[in-house]
This record gives sequence, structure tokens and C-alpha cells, in this order.
Amino acid sequence: MDFTLQKEHVMAQALFKEFAEKEVKPLAQEVDEKEEFPRATVDKMAKSGFLGIPVPKEYGGQGCDPLTYTMCVEELSKVCGTTGVIVSAHTSLCCDPIQNYGTEEQKQKYLVPLAKGEKLGAFGLTEPGAGTDAQGQQTKAVLEGDEYVLNGSKIFITNGKEADVYVIFAITGVDTDARGRSKKRITAFIVEKGTPGFSFGTKEKKMGIRGSSTYELIFTDCRIPKANMLGAEGKGFGIAMHTLDGGRIGIAAQALGLAEGALEAAVTYVQERKQFGRSIAAFQNTQFQLADMATKVEAAKLLVYKAAMAKATQKVYSVEAAQAKLYAAEVAMEVTTKAVQLHGGYGYTREYDVERMMRDAKITEIYEGTSEVQRMVISGALLK
Amino acid sequence: MKIIVCIKQVPDTKGGVKFKPDGTLDRAAMMTIMNPDDKAGLEAALRLKDQNGAEVTVITMGLPKAEDVLREALAMGADKGILVTDRVLGGADTWATSQTIAGAIRNLEYDLIITGRQAIDGDTAQVGPQISEHLNIPVISYAQNIKIEGDSVVVERQYDDRYHVLKTPMPCLITALAELNEPRYMTPGGIFDACKAEIAVWGRDKLVDVDDSNLGLKGSPTQIAKASDKVRKGVGEKVVLDPTESVDYIMGKLKEKHVI
Repeated sequence: MDFTLQKEHVMAQALFKEFAEKEVKPLAQEVDEKEEFPRATVDKMAKSGFLGIPVPKEYGGQGCDPLTYTMCVEELSKVCGTTGVIVSAHTSLCCDPIQNYGTEEQKQKYLVPLAKGEKLGAFGLTEPGAGTDAQGQQTKAVLEGDEYVLNGSKIFITNGKEADVYVIFAITGVDTDARGRSKKRITAFIVEKGTPGFSFGTKEKKMGIRGSSTYELIFTDCRIPKANMLGAEGKGFGIAMHTLDGGRIGIAAQALGLAEGALEAAVTYVQERKQFGRSIAAFQNTQFQLADMATKVEAAKLLVYKAAMAKATQKVYSVEAAQAKLYAAEVAMEVTTKAVQLHGGYGYTREYDVERMMRDAKITEIYEGTSEVQRMVISGALLK
Repeated sequence: MKIIVCIKQVPDTKGGVKFKPDGTLDRAAMMTIMNPDDKAGLEAALRLKDQNGAEVTVITMGLPKAEDVLREALAMGADKGILVTDRVLGGADTWATSQTIAGAIRNLEYDLIITGRQAIDGDTAQVGPQISEHLNIPVISYAQNIKIEGDSVVVERQYDDRYHVLKTPMPCLITALAELNEPRYMTPGGIFDACKAEIAVWGRDKLVDVDDSNLGLKGSPTQIAKASDKVRKGVGEKVVLDPTESVDYIMGKLKEKHVI
């Protein structure tokens, strides 16, 4: 067993780090403060190929592996959680299902411009009554001739108003099993921005990742060509769950990046800050806090990278993804909170990045499956 | 169109500079980067490739680890990389370096050679123009803008307060300034391809029309007499005076030092 990174991963990591430091970090505070989507940064990332890292070259992507993509989200999130999730939602939740379930025609039409970064992607599963209980969907799609007619709404959609292509889930029927229990048939669709009947509702005012565009999507008699059905009719739930397995690795990478960013900031700060006539780094409490933070960050990194490698080599990687996300998210929350504590009163102000990192970290325990859902996935595999 | 870009792996001053006991740079012990002027030269070549189509070959002379800088260039979009490395080439000054690079380039077809103006380690700005002399082709140095017009290049050559517009037929050599452009980032896919790409490694035997007396330390007319660290300035003198006295004090000091 060898934990040494390959040459290409070392180079890619250096690239993402340089990009994050030069292009992302200087804007992070402003993006948060103004709740402004960093469009110029997204355009630069598109130019540098960051929006199609794991997509094969024949579909306009970079042809790299999931680990490289994971490192990209990690390095971006070290300096800006918003930028990290923009790439994660676009890649894991929109490019990935089209790559996995799309027809050749759909891949040419949607995946190629998405992977080239000419278009931005989003994913709509969550509804007001369907969060963790994804089966509680209300959005319906009714087939009329060659078109499906969508009615309903989706909430908390990342890249909401900024995206061009959306993977949307809707009920296309109800099945009844032998015991008479009914089960909704869910189907995935590719929906383009600008389709008549597709509009945006409220923009969410969030605690963290404030620059990411989180919107409600509203469908009112929105007619989607039948050709835009993604995968087979009634197979949407499986597509959503498999897609979220990949998405969780992206969010785990975001959480890891936030934890690493907070740890770096804390290490710098404790050496500068003086109390009682000496640097606070000289106090054993500080040293032990940092040691615990660094150890947990390293453990999270190993789980996240392992999950990324599992995605590259295994057909099913639900448990690896759930463990990576569960642990990395909880470490992100703990490490950012400790980093604020080590900063003292200054850490509570918006002048210091750790304040933002702590707010950004919280969502990683919630979206793309809460920590409780990850525990259900992990224990479910143990007890089956 | 065939473009050769000469690049150099130089110490990254952010990582700290280390010296050998004889006062020369300990290159093997330092973090390295692509020389900034060379990177601008590479970007200029890649833009010409984007606009007109071209094959861009990057060449460097150095230790085996200089291969890294070639892979970085490939990941940015260069097509081929050549590493010139041999023990007998070690310790070269600008004369021996330019002889070596010219000797390697004689193996290649080219329309345009681009080098950086100067490297941040030696700061001589001599190697580019010397290569052009050895190859007997025109040189335009300090390029701040490069355009292709038919079989010629039109270059804006920078001066302190103006620029000259110069035109010369190809083949020719241009030395580029870091201010020429904002170099692109590598792409992730480019990195993966670059790591798989084969880098040509050339030794002394591949150099054409170069005499041994012009190579390596023995072929270098420049001898380093002494290398020393900069002497740090003292903390200076601190005085507390009211504003009028301060002005008199400063004027007195300036006169004393013959500044005014």
C-alpha cells in the first residue's frame, strides 16, 4: 500500500492551489459579504478546464480521474466554500448523471458544453416536503404526445439561477406492489433554462456559502421534449441516489478544504498573536488543539481520497462516499469552530476568514444527505 | 509554423535561496519554477499557435529534474519537450549555455525561436541574443508584442519611455518580457497528457557544430571570483524632535550626505 500521490496528482494539486490563491482567495470575503455569485471566477475556471475534470475528452472534458476533481474542489474550498460547491454541484450533480445515463445525443448536446464550461449545470431533487425523504416528491411530469408537462417546484437548488442546464426529478406515475402499497415512479429530465413555464422563485438567504446561487425552481405547465428524459422512465430515484453518491464525494472534498483552510489560518494566527508576553502558540492548550485538528484533517483527507479512488475503480461506492462525507463534514465543523476559538474575539469578526469558514462548514453536514442520512447508509450496509 | 521556446528552471525565491560552500547556487536543494520571462515567451508562442496553428517545442538545459519545467510547458499546451542534460555541460556560463542550446537547436527545424529576456537567477539577458549569433539569425529583444505578417514577424521592442516597432523575416529569435502577457494556467487534462508524454533527453553527443572548448565549466570564460550574501542594513537612527527641528535635522543630514 502506498500513500504517495502520482506525479499528475501532485502537478494538478499545485495548479489548483495556485489558481485558488491567485484567482479565488482575493474575492472570497467580498463574494460572501455581497452574496454575489462569482461569475468572473467561474469563467476563468471554465477556460482552465476546471468544469469538466472527470469527463472524458471525447465529451469535452479533461479526461482526468475523480481524485483530480476532488482535489480541485478541496483546494478551491480551502479559500472559498462558495466556489468549491459551484464546481461540485455542476460536475457531480449535472455532468455526472448525463455522462452515466444520457443518450449519445444528450451527451453531445448537453454534456459537451457543460464539460467545456460553456454552460453551467444544476440538479433539482429537493422539494419543500421532500428533503431526506426524497420519495416525498410532489412535482409531476405528464406525458402529452412527444412532450412531458412538468408542474411543481424544487427548492434549495445550488447554481439555481446561474445554471443553463438542470437535471430535474418528477413523478411520472404510481406503482402498486403485491401488498397494495403504492410507490411513486420518479423520472429524471434534462431541462434547459429559458424553457417556457420554467421560472425562479425566492433566492435563499443563507448562513454560509452565501455567494452560491441558491434558488427555488418553479415549473408551471413546462413542456419538456420526451427526448430530454434522462435514463428510463421510472428509474429516476436510482439515478438520483447514485448521483448523490458521487455528489457526496464532492461535498466531502469541500468540507475537507474548509477544515484545511481553517487549520492553516489558525496555525498562522497563533504564531502572530501575543498574550501574557508570548505567542499563544507557546501555550500547550494551543499546541494540543492544533494537534487534534491536524490529525482529524488528515484522517478526513484519507477517507475523502479513498472514496474518490473507489469511484474510479468500483461500481458501487455508497459507503465510502457516505463515510467520507460524514467524517469530513463533522471535522470541518469541529476544526472551523476550534479555529474561531483560537482566534478569540477576532475570530468572531468578519475581518478574519475563519468566521466565514465556520458558517460555510455547517452546510456540509446538511446538504446532499445530512450526517444522519450518511449514518443510515453506513449502518444499512453493516446490517443488511 | 514551427516555434522553439527556450525555457529555464530557476529557483523559486519564495522557497528560500540556498548556496553551495563555493558560493554558487545549490539548485538541487531549492524549490523551482519556470523562469517568468520564459513563461511569457511560451505564452506568446501558444497564442501564435492558437491564432495561426503552430508546433511549439520547448527546450531546456539543466539537471535531470529540469524535466519538470518541460512537463509544465506541455501541460500548458506545448507539443514537444527536449531536455539537454549531461555532466560535461555543468557549470556553464552564458557563453557555454548559448553554445549548448544553439548546438541542440541545429537538430531542429524552426521559423521562430523565443526566449525570455533574462532569468531571475543570473539576470544577464545574454543567452537569447547569443543563441541568435551562433545560429546567425536576426534577434529582437525585449518584445512586448509579437505579430506574424506573412514570412516576417513584427515586434514592439520595449524601451524605458517608448517602444520601437521592428520587422524581420523569419527565422529569427525574439526575447520576451514577463510583461508581454498573462500566461495561461495548465489544464488538468494537459497535466495528465504531459505526465504520459515522452521527453527527449539529449546529451553532449546530440549537439551539432559545437567544440568541447565551448562547453561546461571549462568552456565558460566567466569565473565567479566571490559570492556573498547581501549585508543587512542597520536599524538606522531614531530621533524625536518637533516638526520644525525635524525638517532642519533632515535637511542637515541630506546636505551631509551630499544628496542636496
